[in-house]
Amino acid sequence: MTQPKTQQRASRRPPVAYPSTRVDADASAVAARVARESYGKLVAYLAATSRDVPGAEDALADAFASALAVWPSQGVPLNPEGWLAKAARRRLIDAARRRRTADRASEALELIDAELKEAADGDAAIPDRRLALMFACAHPAIEESVRAPLMLQTILGLDAAAIASAFLVSPATMGQRLSRAKAKIRLAGVPFKIPEREDLPERLGVALEAIYAAFSHGWSEAFSDDPRGRNLAEEAIWLGRVVVSLIANEPEAMGLLALMLYAHSRRAARRDAQGRYVPLSEQAIERWDRAAIEEAEGLLRAAGALGAPGRFQLEAAVQSAHAARRLTGTTDWEAIAVLYDALFALTASPVVAVNRAAAIAQARGAAAGLELLDEVGANSALAGFEPYWVARADLLAKLGEVVAARSAYGLAIGLQTDPAARAFLIERLAALV
Amino acid sequence: MQYLLMIHNDEKTILGASPQETGARLAAYGAYIKAMSDAGVNKGAQRLHPVSTATTVRVKNGKTQVLNGPYAEIKEQLGGYLLIDAPDLESAISWASLCPGAKDGAIEVRPIWEM
Repeated sequence: MTQPKTQQRASRRPPVAYPSTRVDADASAVAARVARESYGKLVAYLAATSRDVPGAEDALADAFASALAVWPSQGVPLNPEGWLAKAARRRLIDAARRRRTADRASEALELIDAELKEAADGDAAIPDRRLALMFACAHPAIEESVRAPLMLQTILGLDAAAIASAFLVSPATMGQRLSRAKAKIRLAGVPFKIPEREDLPERLGVALEAIYAAFSHGWSEAFSDDPRGRNLAEEAIWLGRVVVSLIANEPEAMGLLALMLYAHSRRAARRDAQGRYVPLSEQAIERWDRAAIEEAEGLLRAAGALGAPGRFQLEAAVQSAHAARRLTGTTDWEAIAVLYDALFALTASPVVAVNRAAAIAQARGAAAGLELLDEVGANSALAGFEPYWVARADLLAKLGEVVAARSAYGLAIGLQTDPAARAFLIERLAALV
Repeated sequence: MQYLLMIHNDEKTILGASPQETGARLAAYGAYIKAMSDAGVNKGAQRLHPVSTATTVRVKNGKTQVLNGPYAEIKEQLGGYLLIDAPDLESAISWASLCPGAKDGAIEVRPIWEM
């Protein structure tokens, strides 16, 4: 038995309900596009008042299934999003009837009715409540580790198995966590709304952290054998774009999108033709994605003009300094060290401290960097942090302390899970004389 | 939606407070509950006697077991509760954050299971 080929990505939800009949390619392409652009919008829209995310997801999956059954023969509607919203609404009504649910569900349906009258057949778009949905997913009442997965599922429609593989847990565990979180949203009444002005910076910060967590998972899994983890970086960038487009002039949101774009611009340069790991300083700049860098530069400039620096803008600025090598041919390590100073003053993060020490070593010599690393190592639990041991080993090697460098590389190799990066470290260890 | 705000405080602190401190705490609770009533949020607020007055009941194999003391011996005990009507968790959380007991204890917010 062969499954029908689809142009949609395997990890997206709507195709789960793919009909077994032959599907017209145009209609399914439109459905795929609408799925990408409108999935989260429709979930947010359908669940905003009822807070019933699973109900909205089920209704929407049904709506996509009927779209794929109906559009090929009857043509793609003028307003596919409105068509899907209407179809999903009918499912919600059926479901409410079956459950004979109380007022909240019917109240929600009445509101949807009123709005759909305006939106369904004409050109009017349905209201975009994705940002409110994101804030519900990133609410402090939701367990921290499930916030990013929840956003990926509700806004982008990724299924639990794809998210689970990216976050290195079993699909069953991820499925359970997601459904528990959705149940909490509904039963405890976690609101779909944009926080009050005074709470906004902190709550937006939590949402941005979750998006960055998703990006980092995708980034570290980019070369794993499981292809499902790979797209997570792109999905996170998509989420970053959604935030930037929906909330005007938030410098940190722009900073995060810039940061992700800088990192993403180097995706092709991270491995050489033989698939070997290439450290940033040795990457071939012609393999960097110039368009992504230019977009990031523009975002970072616009964010900076707003005069409210923050963690993501500073991290993006570090990336901008690295990216400047494409123009100058060199890396301004002194500038990077100064940026890390500011970042460390802001976050006091030991991870930042390690990067700062590495930058200072480049700018002012290995001994200065090693001294800082000693300090960091003494003050925090970094024994299991691979970049700390790599930085130590590199500096010790430069200073000719071969025995200590060897043992530090050994620890780094033990902690590194990416085969290409591990092979790179083994090479460095072997090169020690 | 209705929520139960359960006030957990260290009884030793509360019972060992000076008369001035106790007076100030009671006044703060008075103002807090009045604000809730004025906003139409308060659906019933009660203070409980200390756990030294608690009795715990279980039925095992049809036999009623009665034990002196609270269900669980913990440092911060349930000392009172407020039943509130709020539009969503956000609003319930902000009422909980205004509770005088939140400053030196913890308020557990639980949605009421509507039948």
